[in-house]
Amino acid sequence: MLSIVLTAVVALLGLALVFGILLGFAAVRFKVEGNPIVDQIDSLLPQTQCGQCGHPGCRPYAEGIAAGEAINKCPPGGEVTIQALADLLDVEAPSLDAEHGEEKPKTVAVIREDECIGCTKCIQACPIDAILGSAKHMHTVIASECTGCDLCVEPCPVDCIDMVPVDKGLAAWHWEAPKPLNIIATDSASYHGADAV
Amino acid sequence: MSDFALILVSTILVNNFVLVQFLGLCPFMGVSNKLETAMGMGLATTFVLTLSSLCSYLAFNYLLQPLGLEYLQTITFILVIAFVVQFTEMVVRKTSPVLYRVLGIFLPLITTNCAVLGVALLNIKKQNGFMESILYGFGAAVGFSMVLILFSAMRERIAVADVPTPFKGSAIGMITAGLMSLAFMGFTGLVNI
Amino acid sequence: MTPNDIIATCSVDIFDFHGGIHPEEHKTDSNQQPIRVLGLPPKLILPLKQHIGTASKLHVEVGQTVLKGQKIAEADGPFSVALHAPTSGEIIAIDDQLIAHPSGQTDHCISLIPDGEDTWCELHPCENYHQLSASAIQHKVSDAGIAGMGGAGFPTAIKIAPPNLSNIDTLILNAAECEPYITSDDRLLQERASDVVAGLEILMQVLGASRCLIGIEDNKPEAILSLEKVLDGKTIQLCVIPTKYPSGGEKQLIKILTNKEVPSGRIPADIGIVCQNVATVAAIYRAVRFGEPLISRITTLTGEQIPKRGNVEVLIGTPIDWMLEQVNYQPAKIERLIMGGPMMGFTLPHSSVTVVKTTNCILAPSPKELPLAPPAQACIRCGLCAEVCPAELLPQQLYWFSRAEEYEKAEHHNLFDCIECGACSYVCPSSIPLVQYYRHSKGEIKQQRENQLKSDQARERFKARQQRLDREQAEKAAKRLERIEAAAKAKADKLAQTDNKTNLDEGSASTTVIQENTDSVKSEHKLAKENVNIAELILSWEKAQIKPDVMFDSSDETDGGKS
Repeated sequence: MLSIVLTAVVALLGLALVFGILLGFAAVRFKVEGNPIVDQIDSLLPQTQCGQCGHPGCRPYAEGIAAGEAINKCPPGGEVTIQALADLLDVEAPSLDAEHGEEKPKTVAVIREDECIGCTKCIQACPIDAILGSAKHMHTVIASECTGCDLCVEPCPVDCIDMVPVDKGLAAWHWEAPKPLNIIATDSASYHGADAV
Repeated sequence: MSDFALILVSTILVNNFVLVQFLGLCPFMGVSNKLETAMGMGLATTFVLTLSSLCSYLAFNYLLQPLGLEYLQTITFILVIAFVVQFTEMVVRKTSPVLYRVLGIFLPLITTNCAVLGVALLNIKKQNGFMESILYGFGAAVGFSMVLILFSAMRERIAVADVPTPFKGSAIGMITAGLMSLAFMGFTGLVNI
Repeated sequence: MTPNDIIATCSVDIFDFHGGIHPEEHKTDSNQQPIRVLGLPPKLILPLKQHIGTASKLHVEVGQTVLKGQKIAEADGPFSVALHAPTSGEIIAIDDQLIAHPSGQTDHCISLIPDGEDTWCELHPCENYHQLSASAIQHKVSDAGIAGMGGAGFPTAIKIAPPNLSNIDTLILNAAECEPYITSDDRLLQERASDVVAGLEILMQVLGASRCLIGIEDNKPEAILSLEKVLDGKTIQLCVIPTKYPSGGEKQLIKILTNKEVPSGRIPADIGIVCQNVATVAAIYRAVRFGEPLISRITTLTGEQIPKRGNVEVLIGTPIDWMLEQVNYQPAKIERLIMGGPMMGFTLPHSSVTVVKTTNCILAPSPKELPLAPPAQACIRCGLCAEVCPAELLPQQLYWFSRAEEYEKAEHHNLFDCIECGACSYVCPSSIPLVQYYRHSKGEIKQQRENQLKSDQARERFKARQQRLDREQAEKAAKRLERIEAAAKAKADKLAQTDNKTNLDEGSASTTVIQENTDSVKSEHKLAKENVNIAELILSWEKAQIKPDVMFDSSDETDGGKS
């Protein structure tokens, strides 16, 4: 009786040992360096480097997402970025986390040059060096490079920076989407007495 | 030769593991939202099934039977399958990090896929030889992958169609799967295995 | 000779393209009367961008008096066209005015008040243009401000100077005019066919094309006869094609006449073919032979709400409401003016906008004639849209993807090959506005691409900034190291001058301390240097993959006093 049990146990242990050794070899052979998914996540983020997600830049947030953080912390990216991240990672697309800010229309910073004192504080604050200028000389924002991250407004001691909405006029215009059709009456919000959207 | 063809036809169409024998439904419903993911899952499962049916055959016939330990077949097969899945995970992680990330929890869950264990046990029940076992496992995997790809392609289209709100998501998926299963009933009697 | 005789004598095989529809033609509404020349309007408003490409650069100032045909705006770069004063007068304003654009927005325009004299500026006619070189002719065309007048507005100077000029073997004249209601090319061919054919010969000379084909629909018998008379004895071949919409689409016409398909995303020049519109070719002749710039065009005024329907020759910049007054336009309760035809035109947001180089038709239909589309219903998956699509696309699939905003899939299904002809919307039994969905999706995809480019550029700048900061730190550490070493050296020298024995121990102790400090700063410096090297490596590697236009280096001094 005992010998049967012993044989069984030994057989199973032997099998497990063999498999263990094989897996050990495989683990070394198929070692993965770094985390390439971070690059793909980073390429979807808007690169404003604004810090609204709680990380000091977009790359650290990308690394955070790869480690399992929520994908709805980026206000400059907005719904579009959340959807793109959800598609990449095959997860649900939650709505933007209000704790980190809300989605605003795109703006650029404009310095009121009459009031600028040339202190360079905004130049040091800009994460992508989009402000031109040096000490005691006029500062100005390179509008085509500004991402509207807002980080230069706080440090300015004379508060001479405005965030102005971007309006590219005709070049930025494109056709609107046709109105969605509401074939099933109960699907539409107005049926239930809610305010029409 | 014709035996091998019969085995393949039987496992892929007539006794399809997902739609006729209703095994492996978890990844079938869980991974079929996008076509690329489904294809990746199909490939992973094919790899696992073929390898594990081979290893199970070897383990049963050269370890358990000579030692008279046939009653340990379930535990042994689970051990074999766990090893193969772990190995597959490492390979997938190395070759395609996106697929690894996208499959997520479903990759290690292949271990608990009843189709995989089912193939191993059915091989024993049918007293299949060496080549037949491998082919049986491979055919089962091909059938699984084919159905998974078909289903995910349909689900992608359904996702953008006008589905009434109560039916959106898994509900319409289940109904579609049921209709597919009905369709596969048409293959009954094609091959007698 | 009847058109049937001509079909029999045409030696070129006619093929067909996939799909197409046969809407009511309404051609005889407006092609029975000769072209009328409308006079000088009270004011001309000329947008600086009447073409595809960059807006023209101003060449005049407010208050300046100009002569007819004088250049008032230059081409700004190769992808632009010049603009000329349609009549003599005074420039009273250069500002934002409403333009003929579906958005209803304004754009930079030159406003001109005619002085009534209509005095021409100095022109440079050329009698023996046959001896001109290709580049000289191209220069004349570019100077004359000619853009595609069939509706698209592509700068003609670029089209007739393709990069692979030696490979061009076929010139096609697009005389199909397939869209219902429009008859401007029809009348132009009936009355000025010699201008058109002369223009074709000039183009054949420029392009070095071995053959020239004219594609014209069989619903224009008079135009066919008129052409036949002028083409007598020439090598240009007249091909009469069956009337089908949209056989006037460039790619469709090429398929009909040559059975060749323009590959997806490419232009006809890539397969050795150049296709031009009738009015453009006539304008090329006027420019080369007489030196006349493009200052007027033939426009069809039609629709039940216009009593005196027909074609008019108007100056570019003529206000449309003035034009309509000249033809006794009676607006109904709901005024609806369409610039272009019923299939590809757009509703004018205001009637005060002006004619541009691409205005081929103003349509003023009555509500009964062209009723508004009924509300859209659910797609019944009938597949009629795919049956009629001339580009052989899957409009139903594009519809589902556009609705679900799955733009990647839509692009994969060749959304950008859609020519927006409207055939699919025309046949849809559920009245779904399919073309609107595709236009919206195309716009969204383009915007996403732009955003992606911008964010890539921002990432580059961010990395460059990190590298700059690391480099500055390394330099600071290096300087500190130098200072400490210099200080140590100075102290050692001082110690050497005083009593060696008594101060030796102190000296060595302090030297040891200084040595420790130096070592720590050295290692800090080494670390900073390593960081800089790695950062530089990453940056140069990334630069090789993405090349931004401007790499801002903040270590440069800025312009001192300039704000």
